[in-house]
Amino acid sequence: MIEIKDLHKSYKMGSNSLHVLKGINFKVEEGELVAIMGSSGSGKSTLLNILGMLDGADSGEYTLDGVPIKNLSETKAAQYRNKFLGFIFQSFNLINYKSAAENVALPLYYQKVPRKERQEKAMKYLERVGLKPWAGHLPSELSGGQKQRVAIARAMAAEPKVLLADEPTGALDSKTSYEVMDLIQKINDEGNTILVVTHEEDIAHMCKRIVHLKDGVIVEDKKVEQVRAEQYV
Amino acid sequence: MWLFDKDLWIEIFHTLSKNMFRTFLTMLGVIFAMIILVLLLGSANGMSNGFNKLFAGTASNSLFVWGQSTSEPYKGFERGRRIQYKLEDADILKKQIPEIEVLAPRIELASHRGTVTVYRNGQTSGSAVYGDYPEIDDITKKKLVEGRFLNQTDIEHSKKVCVIGEETYKLLFEKGEKAIGEEIRINGVYFTVVGIYKPNNNINIDGENAVFIPFSTFQIAFNSGDRMGWMAIAVEDNTPVKFVESQIKSILKAKYDIHPDDERAIGSFDMSEIFNSITAFTTVLKGFSFFVGIFTLLAGVIAISNILLITVKERTQEIGVRRALGATPVIVKRQIVVEAIVLTAFAGLVGFSISVGILSLLDAMFGSGDDFPFVKPMISIPQFIISFVLMVGLSVLIGLLPANRAVKIKPIDALREE
Repeated sequence: MIEIKDLHKSYKMGSNSLHVLKGINFKVEEGELVAIMGSSGSGKSTLLNILGMLDGADSGEYTLDGVPIKNLSETKAAQYRNKFLGFIFQSFNLINYKSAAENVALPLYYQKVPRKERQEKAMKYLERVGLKPWAGHLPSELSGGQKQRVAIARAMAAEPKVLLADEPTGALDSKTSYEVMDLIQKINDEGNTILVVTHEEDIAHMCKRIVHLKDGVIVEDKKVEQVRAEQYV
Repeated sequence: MWLFDKDLWIEIFHTLSKNMFRTFLTMLGVIFAMIILVLLLGSANGMSNGFNKLFAGTASNSLFVWGQSTSEPYKGFERGRRIQYKLEDADILKKQIPEIEVLAPRIELASHRGTVTVYRNGQTSGSAVYGDYPEIDDITKKKLVEGRFLNQTDIEHSKKVCVIGEETYKLLFEKGEKAIGEEIRINGVYFTVVGIYKPNNNINIDGENAVFIPFSTFQIAFNSGDRMGWMAIAVEDNTPVKFVESQIKSILKAKYDIHPDDERAIGSFDMSEIFNSITAFTTVLKGFSFFVGIFTLLAGVIAISNILLITVKERTQEIGVRRALGATPVIVKRQIVVEAIVLTAFAGLVGFSISVGILSLLDAMFGSGDDFPFVKPMISIPQFIISFVLMVGLSVLIGLLPANRAVKIKPIDALREE
């Protein structure tokens, strides 16, 4: 599903250049649930941004579902993001003046899905995350866990190839974190490919594979026995 | 066509209506600008209409010609010779200058602008007495209070009738007394009053204290022969009065042996000059109002752009999310530009409605007054369309500024911003 070869990325900080990713090689198959771990500054967020086409790499190859991702225009990148990727952010990033259902329907709007179908799909995914009764609520009327579940529903609404989660539990307490992880595991059980960036060991062990990043290189890449989050809920 | 995309409009109205206060503040500038523009233009139009009303009834394209004394000796004549026109001059001029539409000859009793004593039942008035043709009414319309003006039958039968001014009426009659059908005496000749006129509120050439009698009656009653005092002339609409004036003068100069360079022998007054200067004044006023109004509008639209710039900054995160979810730069830009247009157009309409209300109120208060040149203050439809198109056009251009700012924000930076 995802194939990365010798990926480099550096940021210019004034006269200095900060080499963040120093040759990443990495492959994700369909249906995998991968945790990307590392301390802050290890390059894990940069990697996720490049994977999410929010940022470009300096060199190296990136193939997503057989499509080479290289030198994309802003417009093309937006279209690919819409088609291939679903984003889940640490701070949820819901649009605060739109109701839960409208937030979920937003990616479908950019896919030019007709209005009625959009609403139906939004309700379907809200039901999946157990928030159908909150469909008309504004984000400010929802708890942190509920917000993240709306964000997950939004990420899934466009039926992307890969879900990218950047510290999805970073802003949540542990009980809510496990609820969110439970949801992510269930979505993965249905065959969806998911990448989770985290620095929490317990969250990482709820995935099926852990990739350790340190100083811009992969230091460890292992399959793990998945800990089901269900038992903590 | 994306303009008719229902979703785009829903999205925009959603964004605007969910931020009511911000939307309202953004619109204030344009609302006020539109009010100022429409009020200025409307008032200028009102003044222009007011002047038009004031001078209604006076043919604007007209001139008056009378005889004076020569100031140059010529062909053996000494200077200071009085020029006395003959009635035949009227026909000669009409025949030779096809641009003359109406020519009304007139003769006065006594000297020009002089007065004669008019008697009635022991009461007297010092009035101007004119022998006139009914055509004079086409050039300087008399507002009749009672009765009628002179007509063709009066001329044909040399009837001893007269039309008197309101001032004359007051001097000769008691208050409320019936004047029509009564007789007044001028130089021993009795005339029956058939009409009373009142001052026209405009350029009043004849004054209010005057008696008009038929030209033919005048000739018989006061034995004036074929003499003619002066001429009121209306010129065809598209012909400059100056052109006809110089033609008349050269014909008359040739006929009465006046030196071609003698500027004093023939007196004339070009009515169109007054109208032209008033028209020029109102045109400049209108142009100036438009100029000021459009720039105020520009300032208002720039204010919208400014506030949109701030909102773009405020909405950085939202725009980042939208872009992460697949909004292309074109979609983001379009949304902000259309927001600018909707805001401007709506604000413009609100301002327009308010100012039209104010103008209607002003019209109701001052519009009917006779002495204040302010009638129907309203902007015309072309003026409205021009200002509206200009305003919306500006808003497109100016909406591009915040739109480009929004697109410059990288989705990744936008999402990082907390």
